[in-house]
Amino acid sequence: MYTQALDSPGKDPVAATGEAAERFQARVDADEKIEPKDWMPEAYRQTLIRQISQHAHSEIVGMLPEGNWITRAPSLRRKAVLIAKVQDEGGHGMYLYSAAETLGVSRAQMVEQLLSGAAKYSSIFNYPTLTWADVGAIGWLVDGAAIMNQVPICRCSYGPYARAMVRICREESFHQRQGFEIMMTLARGGAAQKAMAQDALDRWWWPSVMMFGPSDADSKHTAQSMRWKIKRFSNDELRQKFIDVTVPQAHFLGLTLPDAHLRLDEVSGHYEIGPIDWSEFHAVLKGNGPCNRERLEARRAAHAAGEWVREAAAAHARKLEDRAATAQHQERGSP
Amino acid sequence: MSGDWPLYEVFVRSRGGLEHRHVGSLHAADSRMAIEHARDVYTRRQEGVSLWVVPSTLIVASDPAEADALFEPARDKIYRHPTFYVIPDEVKNL
Amino acid sequence: MNADARADETQAHVRYVLRLADTSLILGQRLGEWIGHAPALEEDLGLANLALDLIGQARLLLSYAGELEGRGRDEDALAFLREAPQFLSVTLAEQPNGDFAHTITRQWLLDAWQLEMYQALAGCADPRLAAIAAKALKETRYHYRFSSGWLVRLGDGTPESRRRAQAAVDELWRFTHELFSPDETDERMRATGIAPDLAALEPSWSRRVDEDLRVATLTRPAAQPYAWHGKRGVHTEHLSHLLTEMQHLQRTYPGASW
Repeated sequence: MYTQALDSPGKDPVAATGEAAERFQARVDADEKIEPKDWMPEAYRQTLIRQISQHAHSEIVGMLPEGNWITRAPSLRRKAVLIAKVQDEGGHGMYLYSAAETLGVSRAQMVEQLLSGAAKYSSIFNYPTLTWADVGAIGWLVDGAAIMNQVPICRCSYGPYARAMVRICREESFHQRQGFEIMMTLARGGAAQKAMAQDALDRWWWPSVMMFGPSDADSKHTAQSMRWKIKRFSNDELRQKFIDVTVPQAHFLGLTLPDAHLRLDEVSGHYEIGPIDWSEFHAVLKGNGPCNRERLEARRAAHAAGEWVREAAAAHARKLEDRAATAQHQERGSP
Repeated sequence: MSGDWPLYEVFVRSRGGLEHRHVGSLHAADSRMAIEHARDVYTRRQEGVSLWVVPSTLIVASDPAEADALFEPARDKIYRHPTFYVIPDEVKNL
Repeated sequence: MNADARADETQAHVRYVLRLADTSLILGQRLGEWIGHAPALEEDLGLANLALDLIGQARLLLSYAGELEGRGRDEDALAFLREAPQFLSVTLAEQPNGDFAHTITRQWLLDAWQLEMYQALAGCADPRLAAIAAKALKETRYHYRFSSGWLVRLGDGTPESRRRAQAAVDELWRFTHELFSPDETDERMRATGIAPDLAALEPSWSRRVDEDLRVATLTRPAAQPYAWHGKRGVHTEHLSHLLTEMQHLQRTYPGASW
């Protein structure tokens, strides 16, 4: 799961010039993959580090809203599925941190950037999970939007990122289905359950639509990222695709989308939605969403509480090395 | 005192008879932990029957700047490939 | 055997399977609290794997207990609609996570116990239980590898980690007596060739635990003779809180499907 606007915020990447840059662009144009030790423009490297690490942070912070319901999952089957899903998100964060580390940034640096608030993560995870139906809505809508975003990145020009995405997309195929299954069970359940499902859709629909980031007209990095094949489709194209596949699914569930302007354009075959409230998006992005503080605080608390554990393991490893060295020394020294 | 754990590269043999393939990396304090992490992170869906973990610092990689010198010279040795030799169709088992 | 005696034996059989099931369920539930908050990302994944194995064991065992009981209760009816006194998990399983040293110590003590139990049960006279035990044994071998490895790292790590690990061992040791104290259910199931002789498993557990403590440079606490009876439904105060959270939705919406 992940992301929106992973190309923000940050400095505008400056296109590199010179012979090396031209050779690099020619390789990208020819759909060759760029690998860690290959020459690359510094702006390409920085854009990738920012995007991949934000993507990784999104997975890690994304464990929290759903993790909130692990202890309260309503059946043992749901509990097992939810643990497996939240665990996958941790795994996906790891794959992505690994990919970013090939660009010369360490996990410790990236974690520090997350905990200090310097790095962004997907705003969607700053919304609360208030009922069990939110777990269904996240799987169905948030993972659904994430898949739209992520599938094209499997063909990204940077090899390690593309390979991590292939693995992630393969593993995520069950995430959206389990979310839809939860929604379907609730929608076909009692009145209280159906109301729970509708309420969750009401709260998650617009944030999910906003996951694709600002409109193309307002998105400053799109053009350069497309030239570098870090990004393959524009925000609006992906958003439209998401809406077109999701609206019929909501209808199937017998739920109502919270948009009075929603209509199917018979000519184009696309759904048109009402105006997006970007002021909310920017408020959440700036740190003023309902759970921004709680999410970061949870990550900081886990990191701080784990410090003595990580140090203990590192200290033990040093002892093992010292003992091995001493043993070897004695062996050599003995007649 | 630093609690940062070193980076390990992970190689998985997906089933008997196949080679170990690089799948990614992880952090671990020691080699035993690295195997456990590799198992927990990279074989959650029966992806493997055997694991290798190698401290990343021990891997020596060729320099892409030398790629021409290292790999170009093999390019014109086309006589190493069976398709280089023209054998009439009626000759079998060659 | 008359009908009353047979009913008694079935009841003992159900209770015996529930003890195993509930211990795995409660321990899995506790581990679930960690996910997203572990000391390192890799440990989030590791703890989640343990939790998944334990919940998987609980599901197999609860389903079996429900079938033996013959009153139509499935795994979820047993997990979500029993009160604390009807849970028959050992008292150690429900102890709070505490710091990582407490979680690891609880895990390690129970892993070492489950190793003995599942090893014995894998060859028992109840083929269904034997099959579940054989599967669980493989999982438990990994759990024990994981938890004993961490116990050693914490014990033989830094002065702080050693202090915390020893505190956890001191705190949780008092719950280990229950693991090897047979009661009438254990004895009855032993007579049918299903349950192992609990007291006879203790020396092997003890040797294993002592060896780990030695490598971890930790000290085995003195025996603390108070008898806990979680497996007879008499728990610490922690269990009902755990159940309140776990059973919340099933209790709020009686009869709903999820």
